[in-house]
Amino acid sequence: MTAKDLRNPIKVARGLGSSQSGVGHWWTQRVTAVALIPLGIWFVFVVVSLAHSDFAHAHAVVARPWNALLLIAFVLTMFWHAVLGLQVVVEDYVHVRWKAVAWLLAIKFLAVLGALAGVLAVLRIALTP
Amino acid sequence: MADTRRPLSPHLQVYRWQVQMVSSILHRATGIALAIGSLLVVWGLLALAGGEEGFAQYRTIVGSPIGIVLLIGWSWALFYHLCNGIRHLVQDAGAGYAINQFIRSSWLSVAVSVVLTALVWIYVFKTGGAA
Repeated sequence: MTAKDLRNPIKVARGLGSSQSGVGHWWTQRVTAVALIPLGIWFVFVVVSLAHSDFAHAHAVVARPWNALLLIAFVLTMFWHAVLGLQVVVEDYVHVRWKAVAWLLAIKFLAVLGALAGVLAVLRIALTP
Repeated sequence: MADTRRPLSPHLQVYRWQVQMVSSILHRATGIALAIGSLLVVWGLLALAGGEEGFAQYRTIVGSPIGIVLLIGWSWALFYHLCNGIRHLVQDAGAGYAINQFIRSSWLSVAVSVVLTALVWIYVFKTGGAA
């Protein structure tokens, strides 16, 4: 902080923890958790209802607009929540810095790939006539 | 570990086992299991998008005895993480911190998750044999 900065030091520091992102991680984990309550219960109902159905029926069910929309929301929220949770696990148990960073990168890359693949799959199912 | 000569605070092994520890550890363990299970969800969606043949293959693998056992495990992990997650959200709101409430809600998470898992699988098996 330079003398030219007119902001009070407390203004600069407020809301920022040692990780420079304040409670963003904590709060996002809770928001995605709340979203996953209805989405998760809905997902279980869909999977159970499709447990004994054939390809054509399962395809048609996933292709319904509301189902496709909610499935995409579920996949994105699930991976987001998983990344946040696994990040805490890595930070707690991996004490060698480069290994922790490698784990965090691998988890993030894999989660983004998984989320993109899931969304792409649902879109393909939904948009295939 | 950077410097192991530092004095360490007592860790898990010095404490008598109690249900609050179990519910906490299980929450993390089921979270990790579910993160791995998310790949199974994507695999299923990709198989469904890929066509009839790939989907049949997916169903054969998932519906195999090992697949069913894993699915039962994953469904319990989901229900437990869901129940205990709601419990944690209630605690985040500042409620349920009295020791007896804390113990009771721990048992509740475990019990409800087992009941829900049993109900789902009884329904699945009753409506048409193994997946």
